[in-house]
Amino acid sequence: MDPTIFGFLLSDGLISGALYALVALSLVLVFAVTRVILIPMGEWVMYAPLTQAGFLEGRLPATVGLSALLLLVWAVLDRRRGRAPWLLAGWAVGVGLLGLAGVRWPSLAGPIAFLVVLPLGPASFRLFFEPLPQGSVLLYLILAVGLHFVYKGLGLAFFGPDQFRLPALWPGELGVLGLPVPGQGVLLVAAALLAMAGLFLFFTTLYGKALRAAAVNRLGARISGISVREAGRVAFLLATAVGAAAGLLAAPLTNASYDMGFLLGLKGFVAAILGGLVSYPLAVVGGGLVGLLEAFSSFYASAYKEAIVFTLLLPILAWRSLSALTLEEEE
Amino acid sequence: MRKRWIGLAVLLLGAALAQAEVRIGVTLSATGPAASLGIPEKNTLLLIEQGTFGLPKGVKVRFFVLDDGTDPTAAVKNTKKLIQENRVHLIIGGTTSPNSLAMIDAVAEAKVPFISLAAAKAIIYPVDAKRYWVFKTPQTDELMSKAVVEDMVARGIKTVAYLGFNTAYGEGWAKEFAKAAKAAGLQLVASERYSPKDTSVTGQVLKILSKRPDAVLIGAAGTPAVLPQRTLVEKGYRGQIYQTHGVANPAFLKVGGRFVENTLLPAGPILVAAQLPNAFPSKRPALTYIAAYEAKYGVGSYSTFGGHAYDAWQIAKGAIERALKKARPDDLAAFRKALRDEIEATHGVVGVHGVFTMGPTDHLGLKFNEAAVMVRVKNGNWVLERTFR
Repeated sequence: MDPTIFGFLLSDGLISGALYALVALSLVLVFAVTRVILIPMGEWVMYAPLTQAGFLEGRLPATVGLSALLLLVWAVLDRRRGRAPWLLAGWAVGVGLLGLAGVRWPSLAGPIAFLVVLPLGPASFRLFFEPLPQGSVLLYLILAVGLHFVYKGLGLAFFGPDQFRLPALWPGELGVLGLPVPGQGVLLVAAALLAMAGLFLFFTTLYGKALRAAAVNRLGARISGISVREAGRVAFLLATAVGAAAGLLAAPLTNASYDMGFLLGLKGFVAAILGGLVSYPLAVVGGGLVGLLEAFSSFYASAYKEAIVFTLLLPILAWRSLSALTLEEEE
Repeated sequence: MRKRWIGLAVLLLGAALAQAEVRIGVTLSATGPAASLGIPEKNTLLLIEQGTFGLPKGVKVRFFVLDDGTDPTAAVKNTKKLIQENRVHLIIGGTTSPNSLAMIDAVAEAKVPFISLAAAKAIIYPVDAKRYWVFKTPQTDELMSKAVVEDMVARGIKTVAYLGFNTAYGEGWAKEFAKAAKAAGLQLVASERYSPKDTSVTGQVLKILSKRPDAVLIGAAGTPAVLPQRTLVEKGYRGQIYQTHGVANPAFLKVGGRFVENTLLPAGPILVAAQLPNAFPSKRPALTYIAAYEAKYGVGSYSTFGGHAYDAWQIAKGAIERALKKARPDDLAAFRKALRDEIEATHGVVGVHGVFTMGPTDHLGLKFNEAAVMVRVKNGNWVLERTFR
């Protein structure tokens, strides 16, 4: 193990770690506000670059139709709530127009794909999780796994089974301390740190604290004038934004296919567990740890790499259950 | 009372009509990571069903086609369904080695002949009580390893590294290649694994680069084979990169782009059919098959994997015609056994991947010099590099 190899593995581990950290951040965000463990996030992370690939090939990706459809169903469900159905219908039309714009101007495929995938999160919350306000964590988890299967199947139907290659936002490599590091990787790490800082600061504001209160004690939050429903939707929206951005930034490095998302989600979950599913900085640290462990074990024992990464759960859980860092909440 | 007589009459009529029919069950991977292998197989079967490549005389043939999503558990489930519910006489399919290997127990227990479309030698070797019922048409990893090793030796390569799938396909190749390399005096300096769904193989590539091999063999199939090659090229590897015949389809070229330029791979003759010398036995059936496939699915759409399905049909068709002289399709057990015997008796059937002559200890029937050619990727196209005749 000479210094060059160590450096390569370190940089590769940190870049993968940044991707896992972003997924972990979105998982922690959703759990902190709604107590949902969002397994389908892996699928949405992949939907964004696959949609972008569709635009680049000159097709209209079916994600546009899916987003618009979910928004319209949401509008129908909320039809008696004043202006909400009209805004939602307008949003659905907007998504459709964005889709057409993406086909017409493929150079904007990235941002347009981001905006097209964005409604999937809050719409899924409204359609599937909001009707079950008193659910236990286990119930939400079962529902989330079911949604994962649905979105994975839809991903296969929309995008086919093959991988897609996507152009890098920052092509080429930088020399960092004498090592070539892909520019796209630097973007990914920067995004992870930015997201962590942003979310940490957001949740110290009054609005952020109100969002967390919605999960800690539903009744108390509602008595205090906090809309639990709105909290959930905002959380899902933010989480999908983080996840879609992660997918768009990482895809040029890894290629994108419909079935890569699940494993990403699982490794992000391992990272999030390090933060007890409530702490953002610890989730990012967890992501880095998972990425580094994966990089180094793929060097030393590549056949056992997956097993080693998931075995990391055991010491983390042992540490967490023995330490005093728990949050009291009313069930 | 009358209803009962009508019912009985319909039943007898149905039974009579059902008699002269041979039922073939197919389970293949039209979705999942091996879809780029399974879809051409499925398309070929549709052409076969329409009679494009001939149908056996004197009997109706019915196909039941199921998708297993590249999942061995689903493949076994499909197999059991085809055998028990659809009561098939023959099973064709099992696109990937893990799927075919998993299906062996099911077909052996039910005593149904099975022509596999997967590569691993372990599917048909050794021919024990279970593999008595299992045959296959694709070249084995052993056969293709021999081709790769012979080419490496001819180029003066001395050290080689292997990076392959952690599935049965990758492991099979690792074993066979290690054996063939050792026999030819090549030194295997590293043997690494990765998962088809991996997003990064930097660690494995770095380990390989640190050993500085003259050549690297990537044991993968389909579009996931691009990632290690791309990582090798990006990290500055300058030696010769070999892939296996599992990448011989257009999706690999498209996703690989400039990263897969100059790759060498062993392939069935059909891949470069038009470039073969005229005396090559598979040239004519290959060109016929390609013409029929492209007429329906578009120019440049054919792949070697569809060719395996075509070869399976050529073998099955002849076996069905011979078996009809010995047993009747409505006697399920007897016809299945007769069909198995006749498949084993296949002699000199010229397919698009070589000439098949099977026997009690050889359920593949291909000879290495007629079943493999060396192909290079040049300008995003397959170009014949050399034959071994």
